[in-house]
Amino acid sequence: MTLFFNRRDLVVPGDLLAEGDYKLGENVHRVGDKIYATRVGLFELKDDKVSVIALNSFYVPKPGDVVIGDVVDVGVGSWAVDIRAPRLAILRATDALGRPFRPDKDELTRFLTVGDTIIAKVKAYDRTRSPVLTLSEPGLGKVTSGRIVRITPSKVPRLIGRKGSMIGMLKRETGCKITIGMNGLVLVRCRRPEDEELLVEAIEKIERESHVEGLTDRVAMMIRRRKGLGS
Amino acid sequence: MGLEKPLLIDDEGRRIDGRGPAELRPLHIEVDVLANADGSAYVEQGNTKVLAAVYGPREVHPRHLGLPDRAVLRCRYHMAPFSVKQRKSPAPSRREIELSKVIREALEPALFLQQYPRTAIDVFIEVLQADGGTRCASITAASLALADAGIPMRDLVAACAAGKVDGVLVLDLTDVEDKYGEADVPLAMMPNLDEITLLQMDGMLTPEELKECIMLAVEGCKQIYAAQKEALRERFVRIRKEIEEAEGAEGGAEA
Repeated sequence: MTLFFNRRDLVVPGDLLAEGDYKLGENVHRVGDKIYATRVGLFELKDDKVSVIALNSFYVPKPGDVVIGDVVDVGVGSWAVDIRAPRLAILRATDALGRPFRPDKDELTRFLTVGDTIIAKVKAYDRTRSPVLTLSEPGLGKVTSGRIVRITPSKVPRLIGRKGSMIGMLKRETGCKITIGMNGLVLVRCRRPEDEELLVEAIEKIERESHVEGLTDRVAMMIRRRKGLGS
Repeated sequence: MGLEKPLLIDDEGRRIDGRGPAELRPLHIEVDVLANADGSAYVEQGNTKVLAAVYGPREVHPRHLGLPDRAVLRCRYHMAPFSVKQRKSPAPSRREIELSKVIREALEPALFLQQYPRTAIDVFIEVLQADGGTRCASITAASLALADAGIPMRDLVAACAAGKVDGVLVLDLTDVEDKYGEADVPLAMMPNLDEITLLQMDGMLTPEELKECIMLAVEGCKQIYAAQKEALRERFVRIRKEIEEAEGAEGGAEA
């Protein structure tokens, strides 16, 4: 068993990470007993599991994920929603209304129409079919105010932080409401525009600098410094 | 038009642009150059300049082109009208359609297409300036754009041509060397896996010469591969350095 990289080293697709009897984590693949990286990212070894934390990725839906998306089409009894996944998601009228859909009485565009943004939960997905969404839970539904920030989906865990440390700090320091979609769309709602601007800047900093250690401290310092200058 | 064949190799064994036989042209690579594409890359190899953009995996349009068991990779190799001396019609030519297919087949082995059924990955390659070796530069750029888009890959694909000019086996031919030389052998490979994904030949070579050309091109690909990796890392390394410098300056100021 040999390792060719240290923890948190930057690797690119095709880099030989390890040789031998390791378990496979994310973004790696095995040829014979050699394990290679498949994405640009940071090398990670936990117990004997080799993985790469991706720095660029796209969203692959997972049942139970809360996501943010745009309604792009209204069909018969369902909406099509762009959740930045490889396929458009389907939101059936029954899952949005919380009751049976009556085609003779219910006009779908009265609830949601093209251009609306929604917070939804992935109800079902296997990669042969389009993901199915639902709104039948508290906190889900149409977005009526706020601003959307887009980050790479693989950096969502960094934005949340260990046990929610990063997101908790951001909420505390800016006093804003933050909803994170697992697909990399983040909804921020602030009372004051200055707070919004600061928060968006902080989120962009997290996305840009997530691969360098000491991120939480740097972001906290940036926020404190900016607030100090503002008052 | 100068139809007379120029002297391609001089008395000292130097090539028309001053290079030695086994020398690459100056290589410049940039990654993530387009904001609107999911991934992008720009490659300059001497006077050849190529831009590649990747979108996807995304919904396939028209629908019937989607495959139930894997993603479709779609490639479009296109030469800008101003990329050559005589204006090229922007309509896709026979040559461009063929090269699109060849490039697609050179990239396919590097991707895990079966993981994303019924989706499409689109690769757009625009040749901004052509001076020989555009298909190889295109493959080099496209594989970087794919990696930048976060699409899982077995390995990066590096590509480079070798050939025979005035009886000498040379690496990385320019347009003039390709036109007046005896043979051109473009080759693409996944260097870490040691697999060749594209091998073509145009011209006349003995079997021994072909073998030698392949060896030469493989060496060229390995050099390009190193530059590719460097380019992918560059942005992240630069951000890290910026932060370290800022923190260093701060520590100095506080002390």
